[in-house]
Amino acid sequence: MMHIKQEAEERHVLTITVDNEAGILAKIAGLFTARGYNIDSLTVADITENHAVSRITIVTHGPPSQIDQIHAQLERLVPVHKVVDLTEVGPHVARELALIKVAGLGEKRVEALRLADIFRAKAVDTTTGSFIFELTGAPDKIDTFVQLMRDLGLVEVGRTGIVAMIRGPHEA
Amino acid sequence: MTEERSGANILVESLVKQGVEFVFGYPGGAVLPIYDALFGDERLRHILVRHEAGAAHAAEGYARSTGKPGVVLVTSGPGATNAITGIADAFMDSIPLVIITGQVPTALIGSDAFQEADTVGISRHCTKHNYLVKDPAELAGIIDEAFQIATSGRPGPVLIDIPKDVQIASAAWNDAPAQRRQRYSPRTEGTADEIAQAVELLAKAKAPVFYTGGGVINSGPRATALLRELQARTGAPVTSTLMGLGAFPADHADWLGMLGMHGTYEANLAMNQADLIVCVGARFDDRVTGRLDAFAPNSTKIHIDIDRASINKTVRVDLPIIGDCATVLDQILTLWGDRKGQDLAPWKARVEEWRGKKSLSFPLSKKAIMPQLAVQRLFELTRDKDPVISTEVGQHQMWAAQYFHFFGPNKWLTSGGLGTMGYGLPAAIGAQLGNPDSLVIDIAGDASIQMNIQELGTATQYRLPVKIFILNNEWMGMVRQWQELTYESRYSQSYSDSLPDFVKLAEAYGWKGIRIENESQLDAGIQEMIDYDGPVIVDCLVAKESNCFPMIPSGAAHTEMILYGDTVAGTMDDEAKALV
Repeated sequence: MMHIKQEAEERHVLTITVDNEAGILAKIAGLFTARGYNIDSLTVADITENHAVSRITIVTHGPPSQIDQIHAQLERLVPVHKVVDLTEVGPHVARELALIKVAGLGEKRVEALRLADIFRAKAVDTTTGSFIFELTGAPDKIDTFVQLMRDLGLVEVGRTGIVAMIRGPHEA
Repeated sequence: MTEERSGANILVESLVKQGVEFVFGYPGGAVLPIYDALFGDERLRHILVRHEAGAAHAAEGYARSTGKPGVVLVTSGPGATNAITGIADAFMDSIPLVIITGQVPTALIGSDAFQEADTVGISRHCTKHNYLVKDPAELAGIIDEAFQIATSGRPGPVLIDIPKDVQIASAAWNDAPAQRRQRYSPRTEGTADEIAQAVELLAKAKAPVFYTGGGVINSGPRATALLRELQARTGAPVTSTLMGLGAFPADHADWLGMLGMHGTYEANLAMNQADLIVCVGARFDDRVTGRLDAFAPNSTKIHIDIDRASINKTVRVDLPIIGDCATVLDQILTLWGDRKGQDLAPWKARVEEWRGKKSLSFPLSKKAIMPQLAVQRLFELTRDKDPVISTEVGQHQMWAAQYFHFFGPNKWLTSGGLGTMGYGLPAAIGAQLGNPDSLVIDIAGDASIQMNIQELGTATQYRLPVKIFILNNEWMGMVRQWQELTYESRYSQSYSDSLPDFVKLAEAYGWKGIRIENESQLDAGIQEMIDYDGPVIVDCLVAKESNCFPMIPSGAAHTEMILYGDTVAGTMDDEAKALV
């Protein structure tokens, strides 16, 4: 009998600077599928005044040798200017934005608002029976908040996936 | 001088400016404006193939045999999808191609229009880069960049998809060189430190081996010359992958032959026992390494490759040098100077012992022509003509690699990475166009040759004296061999039933047909093929159930080779069966 083997895996945050041309996102996402790499989250937006360059942040996991291959395979795409493995480079800030809708009345509604205050979540929409909270922070902070809201009438969650940047005065 | 020209016209002018001689193509609705712009233009020669796969493989054969990029022109939808196999083939084997595909008009894209396919989407992962052109003003710059990308760094196919309205609309054109975006500049040189380390490792190695690949050929004839020079100064024996054959002369005393699954005993044992492996432009493919945890266990490894993604992909190396083969070899040679390495006599004595196994010997048969013998005779009788050889994929391909010998680059055209049956005939056509005075032979099998047999008509049309030498054993031989070795000879669907009469088929296309049925006809048949001034099919009937040995079975180590005369179990465990 044959069984599929598993290797120890690491989680890495990569930022990729690319020419903002048609199909670039498909090219990068497709590279991950075609070669069997994992995408935990992916964010993209253009970052220059003339909309010519985009920055993509990808969170991936895999064995170390695969992470190295992902880096190399991304770098070899023509529209890719630069790939930085923030997990390799060192301390970095990673932030994510979430919208969390909670519906409830009475004590549950009060408790939801109290917890939101502790987490510094902002109510960006209110009805007499619901809130939408906006929360920014590290992914585990958002995880914790969402977990707490489950008992208080959680309706739906939308998350952006993280954007990340190296600490200190320089570009990575 | 600036003037208004149509997109189609700008395309043609740009191709001429790039020095393109041949365009391999097939017309259709979405490229009619381009075909009209080509009409009567004598600067470009259009080669009309019979199927778009043939166009891509012919362009590959042209590129591989001349070192120049091959150009393909096909229509939208089925034209593009038919070409995909050849594009994927070029991507795997790093062959420079520029493929122009027609597309439905911009306004119809996404509407499931007649002959619409998402060509850019489909080709995304089998091209080095691709473009959808939305404005004729961008065309000249894109074509210029496409040629640069296709031919520099690790070469590969680049596709340009041009909607029909963009071919018709006009834009300003001038004769000045196109404004090039300087965004693609792969690293070509090793650092001083890397070169110093490489020289030091080479100087202290007691059992070194050069393991060379297609990168040496792609780097150009200079890389071949420098490899020979470095070998002469260091004395290390040389083996090569399938794609690298010809970079080192096969009659050299330090030539080990090809390595890997069907490589020689001496090549594989040298790799297994080496203390230093210098990999030049090869990529540790699974067909080369065999079982990874047993691959070259006691060696230090240097890997010279222009593609950073080839480094540490399957095998971890000690010293990666990212750069062009010729440039890095030159750097190493310069630093090496007239240094003396270790005494390699004990190492070479071991190599001679392995050579003594004579792993390529095979039993002769009184009843039938052994396929290995047929290739040996073909080699002996054509050797003085320095022929260009293409192959299809399968047993005949491996026998050609083992028993035909090469002395220079660009003479050996084969589908290595993708393993595409049907590659050989169109590749031979492309090679013959690029080398009009050479003898070009496609060594084929009876099954493979039928995959692009329609291209016989192309050779007839352009009066190309291409030769096809079919080793006809009435089987998909390699499939049959694997079924014999792993599935207890259950020959599921591998018999070539209802084969055509290849001699009559040749004649129907205006070719000469020759049948060789026994050994006494072998030399005369080959000679008749060589002497005929025109295209020839030789249908050489060979022993039906010969196996291709030596062989490292799937999942085995270099030390576990099967040679002729070994007993074979005829079955394998599931772990081994699951390997490619």
